[in-house]
Amino acid sequence: MAYSDKTKGIYQETLKGIRDAGLFKVERFIHSTQAADIEVEFPVGSTLKKAINICANNYLGLSSHPDVIKAAHEGLDVRGYGMSSVRFICGTQDIHKELEHKVTEFLGTEDTILFPSCMDANAGFFEAVLTKDDVMISDRLVHASIIDGIRLAPAIHDTFKHSDMAHLENKLQLHADKRLKVVITDGVFSMDGDTAKLDEMVVLCEKYDAMLFLDESHSSGFIGKTGRGTHEKCGVMGKIDVITTTFGKALGGASGGCVSGRKELVEMCRQKARPYLFSNTIAPVVVSGVLRVLEILSSNTERRDKLEKNTEFWRKGLKEAGFVLKDGDTPIVPVMLFNAKLAQDVSRDLFEEGIYAIGFFFPVVPQGQARIRTQISAGHEIHHLEKALEAFRKVGKKYNILGKTKEEIIQMYGN
Amino acid sequence: MKEIVKKYVIDEYMEEGDTIAYDTPLISGGIVDSFSMVSLKRFLENKYNISIPDDDATPEAFDSVNKIVDLVNRFIKK
Repeated sequence: MAYSDKTKGIYQETLKGIRDAGLFKVERFIHSTQAADIEVEFPVGSTLKKAINICANNYLGLSSHPDVIKAAHEGLDVRGYGMSSVRFICGTQDIHKELEHKVTEFLGTEDTILFPSCMDANAGFFEAVLTKDDVMISDRLVHASIIDGIRLAPAIHDTFKHSDMAHLENKLQLHADKRLKVVITDGVFSMDGDTAKLDEMVVLCEKYDAMLFLDESHSSGFIGKTGRGTHEKCGVMGKIDVITTTFGKALGGASGGCVSGRKELVEMCRQKARPYLFSNTIAPVVVSGVLRVLEILSSNTERRDKLEKNTEFWRKGLKEAGFVLKDGDTPIVPVMLFNAKLAQDVSRDLFEEGIYAIGFFFPVVPQGQARIRTQISAGHEIHHLEKALEAFRKVGKKYNILGKTKEEIIQMYGN
Repeated sequence: MKEIVKKYVIDEYMEEGDTIAYDTPLISGGIVDSFSMVSLKRFLENKYNISIPDDDATPEAFDSVNKIVDLVNRFIKK
């Protein structure tokens, strides 16, 4: 052991730097289940405060759904707590295969492999299927886990400007000589809430013989008429080569993820993807919960329909109140404040009003684009959203930003 | 060549309305990240019909329009 004063000092200095830059992250403790109404301990040691949660990825309100909890209990009783093994030694149960089949069916793909998380799916995929003779061309706003996966892969990497199809086509031409090409995008972009132009991307990928990789973490379960995802919304089901998604958001919110797509690509992951090979897969209790979630979502579209209505109500309310929003029609509704301190102040004041919503600023979003990212859920009732709107109006009025343009807000607070 | 390289960097990596000088630090200045060097390298290779070995495609060699032009000229002359 050699944790000397010198070593300790280096870390203390680094942490001080993070604090001084205003980038130090703290956790807020929730003492209830994850739901629209939560009880929060913040700051640490304070009395519990009831709040309406509008920043969870609990899009379908299934995180604490009684049927899902019941299924998880049954899974725990029948299949036990853990597997104590990776998949290919003795860590695969019948329900793991059943979930892979159900996900394949739900997403309309050829095959599926489970991963401990979607972070792991994204981190493991590219290294497993590409070589140094290949190229990965990604949208500049893809999720950080994809960037990590790209860093681990031997193929070269290039980017195209966010959702700029002409730029993507330039890049496909530039790299035409590569053995394999993969175009990489999120379905719904997590910070802005906008949707990839998948229909156009499919056409380009077919024209230039490129595979299309799609991260559906913020889409699976509720985007598209029956909630299958962005590929359903864009009318290109069956044409996406690789979909990664998570069970840690709309699909029950616990944990786990997968790669779903072409048979050969899934098989390559089963042979070579390191997070699959060297880590236990999803615990039986979670698998049982996700199976029930997929059953619920396949039986009717009630929850995603309610989410759509809630989202419309929320966007309309914020717009009428005079906030600057990022355009879109997904349940991710960013309220733009542009200035990092303003975003933090507004978040703090909203919490005082009983609304739990977090400010995002650089480096999580680009410099000068600080915001409160609100996320709507089918678990919200209209009275939740009305109360949240009332709080937003009150706080917006306090900071004199209602009805102001981006330029006016930046003039008042800087960016 | 300087203008062509400068225009490519501006179009590719910068916000509309922003510009650079020939000696503006690109990599150390945070305008071009190490990932994006790939497309810059491939653009230069295709445009000038050259091959830049990976050992020569260092962040230092790509750190300004002037340095990029020097690098390209070195391989055109070879």
